[in-house]
Amino acid sequence: MAETRGALAEQFDDMPQQLEASTLGMWTFLATEVLFFGALILSYVDYRHFYWEAFAAAGRHAKILHGTINTFLLLTSSLTMSLAIQAAQQGRNRPLLGFLLLTIFLGLCFLSVKGLEYKSDIDEHLVPGRHFTHELPVQGQIYWFLYWMLTGVHSLHLVAGIGVLVVIAWLCARGTFSQAYHNPVIISGLYWHFVDLVWVWLYALLYLINRH
Amino acid sequence: MTPPSAPIVSRKTYVWVWVTLLLLLALNWGLAQLNLGRFNLVATLAIPFIQSLLMILYLMHVRAGPALTRVFVAAGFIWLIIMLDLALSDYFTRGAVPGMMRRSWEHGAWPTPTTEFPAQTPASSPASHR
Repeated sequence: MAETRGALAEQFDDMPQQLEASTLGMWTFLATEVLFFGALILSYVDYRHFYWEAFAAAGRHAKILHGTINTFLLLTSSLTMSLAIQAAQQGRNRPLLGFLLLTIFLGLCFLSVKGLEYKSDIDEHLVPGRHFTHELPVQGQIYWFLYWMLTGVHSLHLVAGIGVLVVIAWLCARGTFSQAYHNPVIISGLYWHFVDLVWVWLYALLYLINRH
Repeated sequence: MTPPSAPIVSRKTYVWVWVTLLLLLALNWGLAQLNLGRFNLVATLAIPFIQSLLMILYLMHVRAGPALTRVFVAAGFIWLIIMLDLALSDYFTRGAVPGMMRRSWEHGAWPTPTTEFPAQTPASSPASHR
């Protein structure tokens, strides 16, 4: 286990103990993220309850095709991330690097589709403010404010996730990870899956509700 | 021999979870195209709930992970439920007590959506209740 000597922090007995501590730390952070997105979703539920007709009308302007493609992309990126973790656990470095790069690629595809969607949203005057479209009730601006806020913050999380995976892929290419030491791959995978989990909810709340 | 770091899940399980997630996505999209009345809302929210469970339990290794991790995960979501529950038990029961604010879905309790800015009368403005 000489190869793990540098990676094992001195306060831990062994690698599994270090991983358990890291996992708990990551989940503690993710719990704060649950409440962060939860507060925004609460305000969505709150205003949707007050102005459900305006929200239904506003929600029909969301681009369901873009949203559905993006959900497919993120769910698939979760699969490639899981396969990357599996490869790391088995000490197969080349598949690990490949799956990491594939995951990063799928994340970039998501952001590209999101960019195209934002472009058409802006072209249709769906940005709250003075130039907001006149086809929607004024309370529809609340929906669109929450749309920009929720999807924007989610995209920032995805950008952060891609940044983390780029670092992990770089470390992998340098030969840092082995069957004995690959905790950072597992921990960054937790973050990636969480960002995917949040999107599944945003897709349901922003795109699917009130199509009728 | 190196000790196992985290539960090694088989590739087959990952692929099955992925296929199930995609089928649920297709189901959710399909149901949103149909007019099912109140069931639309139930389905739209139940499906991401199932998807979240699959992700947390299998992809994030919580099912096979240590009990302490499960407690931390549960704590995160239980506090979310408390926050949503306390807030919604206020909004959904307004008007249940005589003299208090009417329920928002009763006609006229909130300004009807218009393309104009609503008149800011004390009785109809939601801001005045904050």
